[in-house]
Amino acid sequence: MMGTLQHSTAAGPPAPNPGATAPGRVEPKLKISRLNFFYGAFQALHHVELEIAANRITALIGPSGCGKSTFLRVLNRMHETVRGARVSGEVLLDNEDALAMDVSRLRRRVGMVFQKPNPFPKSIFDNVAYGLRVNGLKGSAHLKEAVEHSLRRAALWDEVKDKLHKSAYDLSGGQQQRLCIARGLAVDPEVLLLDEPSSALDPIATAKIEELVFHLKENCTIVIVTHNMQQAARIADDTGFFLLGKLIEFDKTETIFKNPAKKETEDYITGRFG
Amino acid sequence: MAETVALLEPQTEEDFRPAFLDRLRNGDEVAHLVTLIFAAAILVIAALLVTELFGSSAEARHKFGWHFFFTSKWDPVAGQFGALPFIYGTVVTSAVALLISVPLGVGAAIFLSELAPPRISDSLTFIIELLAAVPSVIYGVLAMFALVPLLRDPIQPFLNRTLGFLPIFQGPSYGVGFLAAGVILAIMVVPFVISISRESLLAVPNEQREAALAVGATRWESTWQVVVPYARLGIIGSVFLALARALGETMAVTMVIGNTPQIVKSLFATGYTIPAVIANEFTEATEDLHLSALVELGLVLFLLTIIINGFARLMVLATTRRGTTHP
Amino acid sequence: MTPHRWRNFVNGLMFGLTAACALATVCFLFWILGFLIWNGGRSLNLAFFTHLPKPPGETGGGMANAIIGSAQIVLIASLIGLPIGFLGGIYLAEFGSGAFPFFVRYTADLLNGVPSIVMGLFAYAIVVRPMHHFSAFAGSVALSVILIPTTIRTTEQFLRAVPQTLREGALALGANKWRAIATVVVPAAVRGVATGMILGIARIAGESAPLLFTSLGNDYWSTSLSQPTSALPLMIYKYAISPYADWHRQAWAAGLVLLALMLLLNVGARLVLSPGAPRN
Ligand SMILES: Nc1ncnc2c1ncn2[C@@H]1O[C@H](COP(=O)(O)OP(=O)(O)OP(=O)(O)O)[C@@H](O)[C@H]1O
Ligand SMILES: [Mg+2]
Repeated sequence: MMGTLQHSTAAGPPAPNPGATAPGRVEPKLKISRLNFFYGAFQALHHVELEIAANRITALIGPSGCGKSTFLRVLNRMHETVRGARVSGEVLLDNEDALAMDVSRLRRRVGMVFQKPNPFPKSIFDNVAYGLRVNGLKGSAHLKEAVEHSLRRAALWDEVKDKLHKSAYDLSGGQQQRLCIARGLAVDPEVLLLDEPSSALDPIATAKIEELVFHLKENCTIVIVTHNMQQAARIADDTGFFLLGKLIEFDKTETIFKNPAKKETEDYITGRFG
Repeated sequence: MAETVALLEPQTEEDFRPAFLDRLRNGDEVAHLVTLIFAAAILVIAALLVTELFGSSAEARHKFGWHFFFTSKWDPVAGQFGALPFIYGTVVTSAVALLISVPLGVGAAIFLSELAPPRISDSLTFIIELLAAVPSVIYGVLAMFALVPLLRDPIQPFLNRTLGFLPIFQGPSYGVGFLAAGVILAIMVVPFVISISRESLLAVPNEQREAALAVGATRWESTWQVVVPYARLGIIGSVFLALARALGETMAVTMVIGNTPQIVKSLFATGYTIPAVIANEFTEATEDLHLSALVELGLVLFLLTIIINGFARLMVLATTRRGTTHP
Repeated sequence: MTPHRWRNFVNGLMFGLTAACALATVCFLFWILGFLIWNGGRSLNLAFFTHLPKPPGETGGGMANAIIGSAQIVLIASLIGLPIGFLGGIYLAEFGSGAFPFFVRYTADLLNGVPSIVMGLFAYAIVVRPMHHFSAFAGSVALSVILIPTTIRTTEQFLRAVPQTLREGALALGANKWRAIATVVVPAAVRGVATGMILGIARIAGESAPLLFTSLGNDYWSTSLSQPTSALPLMIYKYAISPYADWHRQAWAAGLVLLALMLLLNVGARLVLSPGAPRN
């Protein structure tokens, strides 16, 4: 199942993609329209409309509490774990209604990595194999191969290949986060959602994650929430700015940072609030 | 804003709740249902318990009505059943138990949570938890063979010499009786007083202590004037929990109370308690009325402990909640 | 004394007094241990574990049947009580929301405080009376009714302690809820849950009041669950209140065995199984 994937090890400095088309021109991977979101009576998202292009990195920025995580969680319906959460509007994944499809299937196609590394209290191997097993992949040879492949994609293989059966809790924070990415990659998702994946990590670990994410976009559409504007500027092709539950502006990263259309975006970028 | 929500609600429900059958197929509904049935077992047990206790005590309840609680003649042969001596014995032994265990337990809890160095506190707490795990029949053995002889000889005569002007410390000293039962009960419930009080004290936010210390209070003053009042509901709750334990405790009391249905002022005298009479007479009772009267005693015990526990739980909940919502 | 020195004096005094309270409580355990080791240890021999009780008045004999009987009764009680409590606990921690689980939780707490002798009356009413005879099974039912509420609450407590992020991690990989519970949440909580179960088993193994009129006790080998069956706590009670010195010695020996078992289970469960788990 992994055989067809192109695996690139070429390391290069993240650079703005010169040939990037403006978001929305090509057939989008994810198309979000008229999205409203409620925690009970509190409305956390107001009429969000957005198209996320395939094989690009889309960053979502905005001050704390503006609804970035909420938005991200709607994309693979993790919000359904929250009591009293309700959503209306439309989310299309390759023109399929994501809010109506079988939720397990959706989450297989749209993986998620959380803010704080959350490895299971199992071995490194079993962590990566978890999603595969859940999705019915059997046979140890297959599993082994897939686990190795995912760990390589997550740039963790060399560090853990000798201790695959040790507890995942023995790894450092940065390694744990890369393990979580490997775990998410193992089921070969089409989209990977990352919610501030490096905010709990030190600068070196953060740099590793950034580089890794940058290379992942070859096979995967990436949506990343970040607090760190430099991070967005470094790795994202497109950037969306949220404020108080509204998507204020969405455009190519360069445009957002150099030439924002909205006053609020400019204020935020230049640090005038938030 | 409220209007928007109301408008959107029906639409969202309809659109995005997966069909029931879908969810059934993926197993979550099944798991939900199965576990729910097992959780509901608790309610079934409680309901059965109540109906059985009421049903099996119907004969005695109809025959004696409220008199059951206010007459003191217990004569199975004559078919006379008055519960007063048992109620009296239960109340007296529990009162003695609380008088001893509450100061002891609260004092120990204060030491463990506020004053002791952490390592000492941890190991003492561990030992005290073990004490709570000792079976009651073992307390009974200890009471019979170690406590009763002590009471019979040095302790009760000493109390009589020094405090003998009080009616509760008069009369011959057998060793067994209300005092013996009360003392062993005190030892049995003290771990519960300690563990619940300690929990409530630990839930007091640290700023409270620091605020008192910052204005120059000694450790004890901050504890007694600030921390203990803050945790008082939980401490009172622990007393109620201990009371409920003491009321229902059977084996140890049966072994040392003397098992005589009488109402006597002196703590040195023998008596009887509700659980003890159930334990002693239930297998031997042949008359339906006798059985029914014993079940009615069980019902009384059940209702008392339910009410007391209900109160106590609410109180403990109130303090630990308060402690955690204002960290 | 100056006010200042007086306040320091009170501070020291109360430290001493409360420490004395704690030490006194701790001493009770050593008193019990000392008494049983001193008296019971001298009466303990191989026959205690291998022989049947002798008739009243004769010396010697043992409590082999009561040891086996206890094991039997507790085993059946656990087989009934632990699954019910465990699954009910999963419901409370993972599925329940609203008034119903609150009600279940509160009921469990209240049942937890119901005197064990009342549970004996209950088992008598629902098992002994319909079957018309005392039995090991009736004793097991009485004990399981004690075991269920504690198991349900400890299971819930330890499952709740599992971080929400682990559940989300599993769900985000496409696991459905029960799968996430079975493969991630429960394994993460298994030490705590097991500790709670062992403590629950230890508690019911020491109960005697609920067995008085359910399993009743006897002096020979029970061959089936529908026969009256002896248990160690019952024998301790019967022997301790008897007038025979030899029986008293055996009661002490049995008390030592029971207490040793109890402490072993408790210390083992708390120290070995879950070094860092919250105690309750
Ligand atoms: N489970 C919840 N129940 C109720 N309200 C919630 C819940 N989760 C988030 N909120 C509210 O929804 C709003 C958006 O929260 P969200 O977590 O999406 O913000 P965020 O942009 O990710 O913030 P941060 O940068 O701090 O992670 C906030 O006002 C928050 O208080
Ligand atoms: Mg967030």
